[in-house]
Amino acid sequence: MGWRRKDLLTMRELEAGEIVLLVDTAASLQEIATREIKKVPALRGKTVVNLFYEASTRTRTSFEIAGKWLSADVVNFSASGSSTSKGESFIDTAKNIGAMSPDVVVVRHSSAGAAELLARALPCSIVNAGDGAHEHPTQALLDLLTIREKKGHFEGLHVAIVGDIAHSRVARSNIHGMRKLGMTVTVAGPPTLIPPFVQELGAKVSYRLEDAIGDVDVIMMLRLQQERMTAGLIPSLREYAHYWGLTLDKLARHARPDVLIMHPGPVNRGIELAPEVADGPYSVILDQVSRGVAVRMGVLLLLAGRKGGDGG
Amino acid sequence: MASPARRPREKAQVLDETALDRALTRIAHEILEKNGGAKDLAFVGLRTRGVSLAHRLAAKIAQIDGTTLPVGTLDITLYRDDLGMRGTPVIRGTDIPFSIKDKTVILVDDVLFTGRTIRAALDAIIDLGRPTAIQLACLIDRGHRELPIRPDYVGKNLPTSRRETVAVRLQEHDGEDRVVIEEPEEA
Repeated sequence: MGWRRKDLLTMRELEAGEIVLLVDTAASLQEIATREIKKVPALRGKTVVNLFYEASTRTRTSFEIAGKWLSADVVNFSASGSSTSKGESFIDTAKNIGAMSPDVVVVRHSSAGAAELLARALPCSIVNAGDGAHEHPTQALLDLLTIREKKGHFEGLHVAIVGDIAHSRVARSNIHGMRKLGMTVTVAGPPTLIPPFVQELGAKVSYRLEDAIGDVDVIMMLRLQQERMTAGLIPSLREYAHYWGLTLDKLARHARPDVLIMHPGPVNRGIELAPEVADGPYSVILDQVSRGVAVRMGVLLLLAGRKGGDGG
Repeated sequence: MASPARRPREKAQVLDETALDRALTRIAHEILEKNGGAKDLAFVGLRTRGVSLAHRLAAKIAQIDGTTLPVGTLDITLYRDDLGMRGTPVIRGTDIPFSIKDKTVILVDDVLFTGRTIRAALDAIIDLGRPTAIQLACLIDRGHRELPIRPDYVGKNLPTSRRETVAVRLQEHDGEDRVVIEEPEEA
């Protein structure tokens, strides 16, 4: 299967074969991280712009490293310290950056649909690095790569996604991807943080942590997004930690011994994840981060290496 | 991609199973002769058929000399000079589980043609470390070089026209050992 898309915007639009192509490409590129000279000339002369309107550590850094390891020129734009603070609109800024002829623009924005808006406005490839509570496809891809490396396959696996589902673009992208690959997904959290549409996406719903983690291969804990919580969705952090925090004790009593613990980061230690679990033997949180660079190399390579270079 | 109307037609057989095996045996002897033995040699095969040929050469050297040489796999997709001209790049990965520093690397490919693949392979190897020397072994040299590259070991020199293709068929991939010249069938 070949890659024909100009952009990577959502997991929802991808076919299973395209997801597997992205994961396979990333898997083959992982070897570069182990080299003495971590650089290959594949994207020499290509320009990648990181356009970030929201805070980010892992995603922006790993796109930057990925681009540099492939020999692309990588330029970082962050909203603070730019003309955005002088009142320039998102689309004006984007068009100005587009006028400098980049090959790929990686965009993160707090509004759902921001990446798609850019994809329509600019002739270059757009990668969605998180748009509001909508999607975050490269995170889902690196989660899938991590799962396949640890479990050997996708088909038939059962994943519990736990916590703040309502605000989570990671959950949405993962549900789309996992369902297409024949995996079962159970989402779990307090009712105020479970949006009504998740069943339509094919996920099961649980309102009790102990039930949700009972017979699953992977537990994906989500960050409680305190910055997006305006209304009183949970009574208190302490109560949330008590009912929804994953501790060694709950793991030992309810989960399988071969379960994987994942978290997209940044971790609220002591809230959704006890420090002993985050740093414990089941945790693959740092493996996820290393795979992130490989996944982003794969995405940049497939987008910039398309036949012809432009056109849909 | 070949369209159905221009399926390649087999024009002539160049090597049969016995001749292919003899050519590899001779190359193995030449490698030992040129390097004064098997000390500090390592094989790197180019995906896909170069890897199988590298393993066969290593087995022959083990038979002749009793030395087991390491064999690595090189994918040069990331080093090509035509990325974006050939459709989706398919990365299958490089796997060289030994240090090439201070080794004489024998690069193995099935067919040597324009030399562009070997140019990319030289860059890829040098990015992994500094070998003492790199030598090139190929089963077929079909000419038409576009770069100043020449092989150290050749199974068979085969003058071809550019419109023909040379297909190396190996047991490991194709279920048979032979080399044929193909030309596009006219529609």
